[in-house]
Amino acid sequence: MTTVHGTAQPFRLAAGGLIDRTQLLSFTFDGRRLTGHAGDTLAAALLANGIHLVGRSFKLHRPRGVVSAGPEEPNALVELRTGARREPNTRATTAALFDGLAAASQNRWPSLRFDAMAVNGLFAPLFAAGFYYKTFMWPAAFWERVYEKLIRRAAGLGRAAEAPDPDHYEKAHLHCDVLIIGAGPAGLMAARAAARAGARTVLIEEDERLGGRALAEAMEIDGMPAARWVEAVEAELAAAPRCRILRRTAAYGLFDHGTVGAVERVADHLPEPPAHLPRQRAWRIVARRIVVAAGAIERPIVFAGNDRPGVMLAGAVRAYVHRYAVRPGRRAVVFTAGDDGWRTVSALAAADVDVVAVVDPRPDIPPALRAEAARAQAQVITGTVVGTVGRHRLAAVDWRDARGEVTRMQADLLAVSGGWNPSIHLACHLGARPRWDEAARGFLLDTPPAGVTLAGAAAGRGTLAAALADGLAAGVAAARDCGFSPVPADPPRAEDEPRDGIALFHVPGHGKAFVDLQNDVTADDIALAHREGYRSVEHLKRYTTLGMATDQGKTASVPGIAIMAELTGRGIEGTGTTTFRPPWTPVAIGALAGPHRGRDFRPTRRTPTHAWAAAHGASFVEVGPWLRAQWYTRRGETRWQETVAREVRAVREAVGVCDVSTLGKIEVVGPDAATFLDFVYANTISTLRAGRIRYGLMLREDGFVLDDGTVARLAEDRFFITTTTANAGRVMQHLEHAHQVLRPELDLAMLSVTDAWAQLSIAGPRSRELLAALLDPGTDIADGALPHMAATSGSVGGVPVRLYRLSFSGERAYEIGIPPDYGTALMERIMQVGERFGVTPYGTEALGVLRIEKGHPAGGELNGHTTAGDLGLARLVSTRKECIGGHMAKRPALADPDRPALVGLKPRDGRSDIRAGSHLLSPGAAETSDNGEGYVTSACVSPTLGHPIALALLRRGPARIGETVRVYDALRGGDTLAEVCAPVFVDPEGGRTRG
Amino acid sequence: MRIPCPCCGARGNEEFTYLGPAGLTRPAPDASEDAWHAYMHERENPAGMHRELWWHGQGCRAWIVVTRDVRTHRIEHAALARDPEAAR
Amino acid sequence: MRYSALALIRGALTGQRHWTPAWRDPEPKPAYDTLIVGGGGHGLATAYYLAKEHGITNVAVLEKSHIGSGNVGRNTTIIRSNYLLPANTHFYEKSLQLWEGLEQDINFNAMVSQRGVLNLYHSDAQRDAYARRGNAMRLAGVDAELLDAAAVRAMVPGLDMENARFPVKGGLLQRRGGTVRHDAVAWGYARAADRRGVDILQNCEVTGIDVVQGRVVGVQTTRGPIRARRIGLAAAGNSSRVAAMAGLRLPIESHVLQAFVSEGIKPALDTVVTFGAGHFYISQSDKGGLVFGGDIDGYNSYAQRGNLPVVEEVMECAVALFPAFSRLRYLRQWGGIMDMSMDGSPIIGTTPIEGLFLNCGWCYGGFKATPASGWCFAHTIATGAPHPLNAAFTLDRFRTGAVLDEKGAGATPNLH
Repeated sequence: MTTVHGTAQPFRLAAGGLIDRTQLLSFTFDGRRLTGHAGDTLAAALLANGIHLVGRSFKLHRPRGVVSAGPEEPNALVELRTGARREPNTRATTAALFDGLAAASQNRWPSLRFDAMAVNGLFAPLFAAGFYYKTFMWPAAFWERVYEKLIRRAAGLGRAAEAPDPDHYEKAHLHCDVLIIGAGPAGLMAARAAARAGARTVLIEEDERLGGRALAEAMEIDGMPAARWVEAVEAELAAAPRCRILRRTAAYGLFDHGTVGAVERVADHLPEPPAHLPRQRAWRIVARRIVVAAGAIERPIVFAGNDRPGVMLAGAVRAYVHRYAVRPGRRAVVFTAGDDGWRTVSALAAADVDVVAVVDPRPDIPPALRAEAARAQAQVITGTVVGTVGRHRLAAVDWRDARGEVTRMQADLLAVSGGWNPSIHLACHLGARPRWDEAARGFLLDTPPAGVTLAGAAAGRGTLAAALADGLAAGVAAARDCGFSPVPADPPRAEDEPRDGIALFHVPGHGKAFVDLQNDVTADDIALAHREGYRSVEHLKRYTTLGMATDQGKTASVPGIAIMAELTGRGIEGTGTTTFRPPWTPVAIGALAGPHRGRDFRPTRRTPTHAWAAAHGASFVEVGPWLRAQWYTRRGETRWQETVAREVRAVREAVGVCDVSTLGKIEVVGPDAATFLDFVYANTISTLRAGRIRYGLMLREDGFVLDDGTVARLAEDRFFITTTTANAGRVMQHLEHAHQVLRPELDLAMLSVTDAWAQLSIAGPRSRELLAALLDPGTDIADGALPHMAATSGSVGGVPVRLYRLSFSGERAYEIGIPPDYGTALMERIMQVGERFGVTPYGTEALGVLRIEKGHPAGGELNGHTTAGDLGLARLVSTRKECIGGHMAKRPALADPDRPALVGLKPRDGRSDIRAGSHLLSPGAAETSDNGEGYVTSACVSPTLGHPIALALLRRGPARIGETVRVYDALRGGDTLAEVCAPVFVDPEGGRTRG
Repeated sequence: MRIPCPCCGARGNEEFTYLGPAGLTRPAPDASEDAWHAYMHERENPAGMHRELWWHGQGCRAWIVVTRDVRTHRIEHAALARDPEAAR
Repeated sequence: MRYSALALIRGALTGQRHWTPAWRDPEPKPAYDTLIVGGGGHGLATAYYLAKEHGITNVAVLEKSHIGSGNVGRNTTIIRSNYLLPANTHFYEKSLQLWEGLEQDINFNAMVSQRGVLNLYHSDAQRDAYARRGNAMRLAGVDAELLDAAAVRAMVPGLDMENARFPVKGGLLQRRGGTVRHDAVAWGYARAADRRGVDILQNCEVTGIDVVQGRVVGVQTTRGPIRARRIGLAAAGNSSRVAAMAGLRLPIESHVLQAFVSEGIKPALDTVVTFGAGHFYISQSDKGGLVFGGDIDGYNSYAQRGNLPVVEEVMECAVALFPAFSRLRYLRQWGGIMDMSMDGSPIIGTTPIEGLFLNCGWCYGGFKATPASGWCFAHTIATGAPHPLNAAFTLDRFRTGAVLDEKGAGATPNLH
């Protein structure tokens, strides 16, 4: 192979690679216009252009270059894209190149080559691990005002976008028999075996291409180049009817019971997502068997100056040569502690790179490897690399021989291999603890969770042949576990020579030797942590920040642990590793949020008359998940208070109509329904006659009030009960529990019918007249036939309706239930026939005012802190029967006569506002918690009375009618005196309700 | 988690609401303070197998007794709460 | 050695080789005056205040793993005292005051950062509930402000104010609230306690509590028996297990709470913000990561890991509040085991067993409580009776009904 010379991609090899040379893509890096090819990653394209300096480190701002060719990349992080699509900390090694891509380096000022913050390097001796815990404490006030500001500005890497993300996201679910994570040789074999057996098979691969390491190495499988073999298997899988392949999809987490979270980068390789596609798709995959074939990650060796741009992992060097046809340098040194690193020699030689030397600490190098080096005219050195030279790029490498003599040689590329760490991370997410294996020189997982198998390099298989055989076995076993009968097959032929090596993590020496490249954690930092007693892996991690950068320590953790193990003498097994948790790779927050953003964050529930209300001037208010009409503004009304006052007056003086469909509605049916309701309500229900309605109060088992509503007995064995809007779900759950768990012997069934009825309230002195005009003939609604708290049925325009005479407003009132599809029609009919009675639609605000005027407890009072006694409802609680909450309500603190109880308040001056959330004090008492006597629960201006009124819970309140209390609202600058009064402001005798 | 609902089959735990331990016997109304206090508040809270109540509120609305190892989340058994067999 | 900039500069000349262990690694003695079970934030703070405030230094902290391995290192680092019920407000305010002087007190920079805690509200009812809380805080002498939507917009630029399903109407702000570097709290208290003579015994798991005729006399541990006449349990996450060794059954369930950190970014969020239309809270750490969390998973667990539904729900809340954070990536997540009590408030006090004291039930409010919890627990252990600040946090309150139920959710732990 020879190099194409010229300005465009000077380090692109003339032939080879898996890139599409017919597609020339243009992109920019720090504003510089460059080109690459389809199939490149950003890192590959940068290297093809000879750009090695790509970033600055977190703390010391040292120049950094591309280290890897995959998701483990610690250094090559960029801000990808611009404006609202800016993505900080994006790994150039996984970002697919697209035409028009714009990338910028991070954490430098004013430019990448001349970074003023590099001055930090001079203070490096000061910035040792945990230095901030020891200083910045004096003077005390300076921490937040000065030091912390500086630290925050210096910290962080890239910048978040400043505008909402314009792209959209999807969530999707997938169920399968066998899920294979990773489409390298082992994963492909597993998938093929499972698919051939007929199992529903899903194969997911983080990369855009299947093949894994096979794409990066010059290897053969079944006598053909590995990449060609991959294509053949891929074609078979694509044609298999029950197999699905998800490319560009990273499994980020393994959760309980075979649940895997994965994110598919649907459109990240495009300039922007086409309109019909999401940017990313979050998959929740539920699999009966999972094969983790995630491969392995090469381990660097820690030595002085190992962070210089041009120092790369050997496997990454080979990936750039073989997959991307990039020449990663001109003069290379290979530093390896095992046979595997020697592969790099021939790869580089073929790419027209001078391999000056192979440095290997082992004295007995196999002759075959020596011969390979000889072919490449590379010197074989028994020794270690102890230092590097260069500013923005590697210029020379220092190596030390067995006698301690140090020699320098010129090189712009240093390929390093310290062995391979199996990628067991995902399989550990459920808490399985890995074990250090001396033979494999890596952490292995012997006991993966039930249903999960590791295969291939992830299971520590050292050779291609072993990985292929292992994948096949894993796929066969997984399919068999799911009840399929796999077809016997032999694994393909491939290289099977064991690759020997030694464990070499750290070469002691002078100068900064980096363990965690991104967080600038050095071997000296680990020694300091050791000296200070931060010796457990968790302390080490948290004190030094080792492994806490965006690469999650994929390359740094094991060397760091090994260095600590050496210092403590406990060995790596005795030191252990930190826990692997999701995510395996960082995941966009937006991907997991999916479509649930903005107005679609949660579903919006609309009442049956919503559209009608909108067309009639309604403003809407959020009530839990519901949107309800808050008021109906008429032309000429400028303040909402004016509107609400008009609506309230209409109800008090004529008739109003309000959609109350949001109330929870439950039908309870069965021979034991009455017995059951006696048990769940504090008051007695069973004595209610059919056709009658009763107020019902529910307690929690701990004796506090849960909810209130009405109970209509439609027939001997049939009840229709309502709950408050807020508690509808919780009450349903509570009742099902009371039945299925506490009283399973009772013969009844219940059903939520909240959505089965549009329910409109017609309230006001003229409501009966309106109703009479509305109903089809045949229903007797005279007070004798349908008194207050009675129910009947009828029809409107031939549509059957239910009628409940009950009142929240204190006026004569009826609720009409009709199937929801007729809700709007009913509303229109009511408005039409009601016109002559002055019918007025009213919203939740007027509803609230009406009920405060009547002293009915609602959300402000049913706040979970109140007892029946607090609400003045003690007399309701039957002592003659058992009910939920009845026993615990007798506890001393709940029965304490000193408890705050419901009262009304009126401003002493007749006009000052009283606001809910204010506290009550005795006039003249100091403003302390101890002097607090209660609080305002609901407040409004009463149009009926012409002044503000409020409901409050006041200590011994009912005994203090006529007294004056101070209404304390320091938060909103309110402070006024109020008279304590009974909580029913309008028609305390209830004559208006009964008509 | 996947909760094996006896009516609906295995479903994601987001469809369910969890309440707490199963098998607590609600005391008689005239039982002692201690009995009520124990029923309402005192929990064994074991680090091991746990019989517990889940409500399939977004499915069949059944209350289910699930036997689960709370150290590993492994589910051993699930039955309807109203089924006398489950109440053992 | 005392920590200071000068000491660091001196160290810079010698490769920082002069530092010694932040705390000793002593062998257990056969007996101590007082044992604290649990080397987390609360246990270590208790030991420190026993020594500092009460002169009791013959103390050992027994930790089954390494110190700070529990919830002090698994939280979202928020501190605040914005509580509704006076017993809670006063207690957490004591804590906030101790946080404010912590660095000088223990000579360890835990990066207490009072950047403000802002609770958003989205409806009039929620505003009134926050007003009730804020007024309760003001009565207790605690700072609280009610902001309208414009003030919130000015304070937190990235919030979705236009396109939200639940538009932000305003917020309750406690300016003195903020964040603390969580691990440093455990290390700082450990070092400060050690310097006053406390023995910190790591990898020393308590396997039994010895009770003779209704009084404690010592414990069995994986490092041998240790005698003591006063024992304080501060093992949140494992409280039920430890208390069971003394025959106690607690009003606690163990639940998992997940939390998340994003990749580090340049400053983008200056305040701690909580969502009012979903269970969600978020802040940005000094290192640049967004730290955020939501509700507990909702079922009993000792597994220190959660499940996907809550993960997705938390992310939905994050994007709902901050649509520009959508493209940021979350980097790490973890799960802590919470002592969820029956009313959502903690227990610090005596037990029916003489000499045995209990500190548990922190739900997910334990981190911010660390200094006051240690301070009050030390007082309770030293004097045999609770301090007025923790007098309401009795084990007995469930029996009497004098519960401290901030949310009004009832005796269902996963609702708090």
